[in-house]
Amino acid sequence: MSMLEYRSSAWARGGLLAMRNVPGVALGDRVAVRDHLGNRRNGQVIRSSSEMVLIQIFEGTDNLDLERTWVRFLDQPFELALAPEMLGRVFNGVGQPRDGRPPIISSLARNVNGAAINPAARAYPREFIQTGISTIDGMNTLVRGQKLPVFSGSGLPHNRLAAQIVRQAKLLAYGDDNREGQESFALVFAAMGVSHSDAQFFEESFEESGVLGQVVNFINLADDPPIERLILPRVALTCAEYLAFDLGMHVLVVMTDMTYYAEALREIATGKGDVPARKGFPGYLYSDLAEIYERAGRVRNKKGSITLIPVVSMPSDDITHPVPDLTGYITEGQIVLSRELMAANIQPPVSVLPSLSRLMKDGIGEGMTREDHARVSSQLFASYAKAQEVRSLAAIIGAEELSQEDNQYLKFAEAFEQRFVSQGEHEDRSIFHTLDLAWEILSLLPKEALTRLSEKDIEAHYLSTGTQ
Amino acid sequence: MNSEGTILDIQGPIVIAQLPSALIGEQVKLGSEGLMGEVIAREDGRAIIQVYENTEGLRPEGPATALGSQLSVELGPGLLGGIFDGLQRPLNTMLDLTGERIERGLVVSAIDRNRRWAFVPAEELKVGAQVSGGTILGTVPENETITHRILMPPDIAGELHDLVPAGEYAVDDVIGRVRDRYGNIHKLHLSSRWPVRIPRPFGKRDNAVQPLITGQRIMDTFFPLLKGGKGAIPGPFGAGKTVLQQQIARWSDAQIVIYVGCGERGNELTEVLDTFPKLTDPRTGRPLMERTLLVANTSNMPVVAREVSVYVGMTIGEYFRDQGYDVVIVADSTSRWAEALREVSGRLGQMPVEEGYPAYLGSTLSAFYERAGRVVTLNGNHGSVTLIGAVSPPGGDFSEPVTSHTKDIIQTFWALSKDLADARHYPAVDWLESFSLFVDAAAKWWHENINEDWMRLRNAALRLLSESEELARIVNLVGVEALSGQQRWTLETAKLIREGLLQQSALEPQDSFCSPQKQFLMLKLMIEIYNRGAEMLRIGMPVQELLRQPLMAKARRWKIVYSSEDIEGLEKELQAIEPTFDALRTEYASPVQSTGAKADLS
Repeated sequence: MSMLEYRSSAWARGGLLAMRNVPGVALGDRVAVRDHLGNRRNGQVIRSSSEMVLIQIFEGTDNLDLERTWVRFLDQPFELALAPEMLGRVFNGVGQPRDGRPPIISSLARNVNGAAINPAARAYPREFIQTGISTIDGMNTLVRGQKLPVFSGSGLPHNRLAAQIVRQAKLLAYGDDNREGQESFALVFAAMGVSHSDAQFFEESFEESGVLGQVVNFINLADDPPIERLILPRVALTCAEYLAFDLGMHVLVVMTDMTYYAEALREIATGKGDVPARKGFPGYLYSDLAEIYERAGRVRNKKGSITLIPVVSMPSDDITHPVPDLTGYITEGQIVLSRELMAANIQPPVSVLPSLSRLMKDGIGEGMTREDHARVSSQLFASYAKAQEVRSLAAIIGAEELSQEDNQYLKFAEAFEQRFVSQGEHEDRSIFHTLDLAWEILSLLPKEALTRLSEKDIEAHYLSTGTQ
Repeated sequence: MNSEGTILDIQGPIVIAQLPSALIGEQVKLGSEGLMGEVIAREDGRAIIQVYENTEGLRPEGPATALGSQLSVELGPGLLGGIFDGLQRPLNTMLDLTGERIERGLVVSAIDRNRRWAFVPAEELKVGAQVSGGTILGTVPENETITHRILMPPDIAGELHDLVPAGEYAVDDVIGRVRDRYGNIHKLHLSSRWPVRIPRPFGKRDNAVQPLITGQRIMDTFFPLLKGGKGAIPGPFGAGKTVLQQQIARWSDAQIVIYVGCGERGNELTEVLDTFPKLTDPRTGRPLMERTLLVANTSNMPVVAREVSVYVGMTIGEYFRDQGYDVVIVADSTSRWAEALREVSGRLGQMPVEEGYPAYLGSTLSAFYERAGRVVTLNGNHGSVTLIGAVSPPGGDFSEPVTSHTKDIIQTFWALSKDLADARHYPAVDWLESFSLFVDAAAKWWHENINEDWMRLRNAALRLLSESEELARIVNLVGVEALSGQQRWTLETAKLIREGLLQQSALEPQDSFCSPQKQFLMLKLMIEIYNRGAEMLRIGMPVQELLRQPLMAKARRWKIVYSSEDIEGLEKELQAIEPTFDALRTEYASPVQSTGAKADLS
């Protein structure tokens, strides 16, 4: 059947092409479309019935002349050819080269939709990744195999934060396979709808840190067809799975920006006439996002891992918008960026209170970071939350009216933001440096206020000069 | 009974097939891979089928076979300690068969068909006796914790024709026969099947009387749930729903715990699978898995199987209830299940009502929650199913449809708050938004078993907490200096109650589980401190002086200093309070003032 070309297009709009009278086409099959200029477009069957076959065209349906459009059903699912030579290359959303070099030829090809990992086959992630960023390492620790999104807004430096994590991420020298682990590190960079300048920024950043040869890029720019964004994360993750579970590499996947992905999904869904749930997004957005995010992780008895850092920009900084909201329900925490901190020139502007890492508890402590880590982190959260209350009080009644203890909290908050949160884009802090810094700042508070720390901790680390 | 047809249309998890004789609810096998689905609607000769597995690769004109039976689960010995997917397929067996990825069209038996169980027939049961649904035919020691009672299937009754002697039998062996009143012979096995969407029958409903002790102070002491009750834990992401659900699954004093991970994270389930087998039951000292059963359908597994998974968990729960056990079912999260309903209804183009949810959302939810309850079983024993559902409201908005419908149905509501979670106050149960309709019933148990002061002290603590909320508002407007000494003391002891009593760490071994005795003593200690301090203020002691007392910092650490067994230690602390304050009193009391007046908060 793959030799037959059909010209029975019924209609085309918004990235969708409908074909009449094509019998027995399997759902999910790959489609090759030849338009009147002889250009080839890629498509996939998203609904198949005996009367009508619906195809989404990743290059879009612009300039399609229905009379002169030839469609070939390839009778195979959408697959990606996989080979180690992918490292260092740049591809588009469907896995075709963008860098002018020849396509990947390999006998190994996999369905880009993947298959769900059996929960009983997963290994629980517990290896600490040091990002060198205090707010992440100290308070929202990232571990191998975690999916930790960055929630951001327009104009906020999420890309710089992602690039810094990529440059600085490393394991501490506790594990036996550590050296090996460093060597078999790879990065999959999936860009959906990003601007040319952002793409350039990432490229320069990878080059600068000397990892360019270890990166596989899948790029769809802001002016590329939006429908391609639907398949791009699946293609990128298929590549990541191959690197991680076939080649045994530790893969960090950075996906930016998931909001553009979801908007492309909404575009197709409305085109298909799906019933909208919230803000016009289809009811299956949760399942769809989960199919992407849940491909991160570790598998028992396999060496590699996939750690996923999706960037989600929150339209008008609204964390309850369906995309960040549903993302938060699937991922294991989130790093939230704040406009106020950025206005106060604090870089990176990580807002720690709404940030969270769910897998932190098993990746820190003795033998992994430091024995007091969990309690220090908990104390920082509690004290900073209390300091925020004092701040809002001071805004009403004036700082002069505050009690002595409240004033200490103000000083603490100031020091916390200026010294702990704020760090240069190129400053790489070790976890021990981060924790010592935390103690320095906590010592601005009286010992009695540190109820989340044990007496032993206070004895060992509290700087009594700090109270003055 | 099989009838054949052809596939006409495939759209996501929904398939339309030409199947003129299929009934609604009937199971259908589709395509060359034999994907399983069930009929959810009929239109002329067409059946609309929701498919439990990914439909990629299905083709129009492919085969569709109606199987003549409804989706049902297998019930028998060998279930406990198991980990199943949403269709009751054991995940470990699937791992052995197909490796780390779940393949489609896999048919795996829920229980080991070869394992032999030591069956002991019920002594009083004689051949010729009249038996009916629920009659205990005998027992099988499933493990050290649980004795499995083999019951007559609810839909069979008649005269016992024969019953095997004690011995080792596999689940497929015939252990007896029954002749019904039409003379038909029914074979009996150690296992039986039951359709998941039909509640298993029972004698009658009875009142719930006993609190479910979860070892979590905010739940047991402040917002109790009874065995056989319905509870909900709503909260935005990051508020600690899953940890709290897992705490309940770990520590609650039910005999059987069924944890349904419905549309949740893979790594979280792995954590459950990793940690549960290592835990021991604080009451029996036996491995916790001996009484636990997990149903796991992660968010990336097919959406229709997610919808089914809660029914699978519930049906297994009812089966153990019928054996006379107290069962807790923890469903995490019911929102994902509701979303699965929405997804299917959306694909069918049904008219959405609120936020895209179908009009039948409310009735489906309440019908499901109503399967919980304490009942008199068919054989006259008592058994209960307690259902605790997590709800994940989008954006933490409790007015959204799933939360608001759930709130109407349940009896105990543990509202999680984002603000508390942000300040790392865990469990982040908001004491102002939460409620329990069971306080009076629970009080009876506490008064009989722990102490008669329970209700009085609990109310006193709640009053302090709500008063402090008012005071905090004043402080936010005009500063803490505007408060009187008494008000300041109320504010500070409320803070002590929050940090020393309500906050409970799931990670600290001493604190993770808190026995009712310890809960009560801690509550009493806090109120005692408040009352004694208030007394000091009345005789003129400045509140700052009181707050400087080392007792205030010490009281916050009692929860981790004393274990649940170390009741004596807490008793000593309680006895030490009076001398501590008496010493203060001698220091501050003016000689003329009477110190005898005592005005307790209560």
